[in-house]
Amino acid sequence: MAAVLEVTGLKTSFATQEGAVKAVGGVDFSINKGETLGVVGESGSGKSQIFMSIMGLLARNGSATGSVKFQGEEILGLDVQALNRVRGAKMAMIFQDPMTSLNPYLSVRRQMTEVLIQHKGLSEDQAAKQSAEMLEKVQIPEAKRRLNMYPHEFSGGMRQRVMIAMALLCGPELLIADEPTTALDVTVQAQILEVLVGLQRDFGMAIALITHDLGVIARMADRVMVMYAGNIVEKGSVRDLFKDPQHPYTQGLLESMPRLDETEETRLMTIGGQPPNLQNLPSGCSFRDRCRYAFERCPVETPLLTPFAEGRSKACHLPSL
Amino acid sequence: MLNFFLRRLGGAIPTLFIIIAISFFMIRLAPGGPFARERQVPPEVLAALNRQYHLDEPLWQQFLRYIGDLLQGDFGPSFKYKDFRVTDLILQGFPTSLQLGLLAISLALIIGLSLGIWAALRQNTIVDYTTMGVSMLGIAVPNFVVAPVLTLIFGLMLGWLPVGGWGHPANYVLPVIALCLSQIASIARLMRASMIEVLRSNYVRTAHAKGLPERIVLRRHAIRAALLPVVSFLGPAIANIITGSVVIEQIFSIPGIGRYFVQASLNRDYTMVMGVTVFYGALIIFCNLLADLAYGLLDPKVRYD
Repeated sequence: MAAVLEVTGLKTSFATQEGAVKAVGGVDFSINKGETLGVVGESGSGKSQIFMSIMGLLARNGSATGSVKFQGEEILGLDVQALNRVRGAKMAMIFQDPMTSLNPYLSVRRQMTEVLIQHKGLSEDQAAKQSAEMLEKVQIPEAKRRLNMYPHEFSGGMRQRVMIAMALLCGPELLIADEPTTALDVTVQAQILEVLVGLQRDFGMAIALITHDLGVIARMADRVMVMYAGNIVEKGSVRDLFKDPQHPYTQGLLESMPRLDETEETRLMTIGGQPPNLQNLPSGCSFRDRCRYAFERCPVETPLLTPFAEGRSKACHLPSL
Repeated sequence: MLNFFLRRLGGAIPTLFIIIAISFFMIRLAPGGPFARERQVPPEVLAALNRQYHLDEPLWQQFLRYIGDLLQGDFGPSFKYKDFRVTDLILQGFPTSLQLGLLAISLALIIGLSLGIWAALRQNTIVDYTTMGVSMLGIAVPNFVVAPVLTLIFGLMLGWLPVGGWGHPANYVLPVIALCLSQIASIARLMRASMIEVLRSNYVRTAHAKGLPERIVLRRHAIRAALLPVVSFLGPAIANIITGSVVIEQIFSIPGIGRYFVQASLNRDYTMVMGVTVFYGALIIFCNLLADLAYGLLDPKVRYD
């Protein structure tokens, strides 16, 4: 299968007064046409920063090195003008907080049509027509009337639908969804995911779904990569990973999910300790301080992401769990 | 919108009344009076003058009479410029003051906004530090210090520009600069801070993610939003320009209303002081209203109801 996105050796760091913070420590992965890649990890694991680097949206003190190939063409380090021909058109992104991600001072119409005018060279009228159609596709009722409204006149769930509609206007090959449902309540979450699934079916785009919600991953993703302290610790199909996690961190994550079929007395499992400081990573495996299986080799040697079965790889010295 | 406008105008009436009342009694509390002279005036003459201008009546009666005249649009006769009504003097000086004020506020906006945006885009560079450092100075030094210094340098030492007078474009340069320097500084600092915040906002990130060219991101998404705090600052800024012009007009001998105000205060020309105070008060209230309306045009969340 052809890869839409191929990332090799991507490293992202932020210059701060206390020294460089290595947010992403060199990751390799690819996303195939039409598939959904789930990216899981806790806050600060670098999962968002990978895609901020790819989209050229890093904060001013951030810099990324390595290689990112989108449809076979290198896009990392492109100048803004060249990058602008890709982002928003062939590769789009939606963000965690729909309340602040839309411009409160511009009408939804303006914010949507400007994308089509920019990338497709449409007239304002044509662009407005297509924008209204897209709002209908994300199931916003009375799309034509809503198009002329301002973001504050929409609820959180509706704003996220607007964000999705805006991202899909140009029919992108890849949609990066950065915690698209985290800021929404549970029923709205389900609706948004449904909209995404439906649109993926219609448009056939690939989705990179960044989340810390394993429930969302289980429902949406084809393949999963688990991030810890800026590195991928395990990669595999969603079925394999959930049924048989092979990295102690993945195992910990799955065990700390609340389950409905457990008795009330069962205490929820947690992973003890804190994620390491990215400015000052420990030697060897960065998870070793929190790992119940850690042994002599772990502080000495950094485990590399290595394939261990068909389509699966992990970064751990243990042969199996 | 019209409703809002009328309601705000209605709300301005109590404010104006308080301005009138306070200044009416305060100017009369000041020692001396309009007809006090170094040379003793015969008591009969003084009594006749006081009677002519109703200064012999009890204070509350004078106040009611003044309010009554004011309601008919009459600021009363000037005590010093004999045979002139205050209304006429104000209308005569206003075009000059308005010209000075408008030039100053326009220049302050153009330069202040540009400097603020520039500094924000070059945050933490030499451009930023220089602009902000100099603007700190601009805010700290009052215009009655700036004006003589400018006059000294450009008027006397270099001889490039006239030190006073009005009518020729060259006359405008120094007073307008003296008047708007601190406003440039305030607007630049305000715009910089606001712009930096907006540039970090999620919706500007969204605009970049949409692949919009930098100039559209800046103009349509960032600057427009960053303007809001500056617009709310315009009300007080206009008030500052107006009160500042009182001093500046005096220093540069500009025949506007401001100069009358200073002379009238020194001469205890009660009606003239009152007239200018009430006129400026009304003007400031009106400008604030305009600034609020402009804010509403920029921010769709503002509703006039």
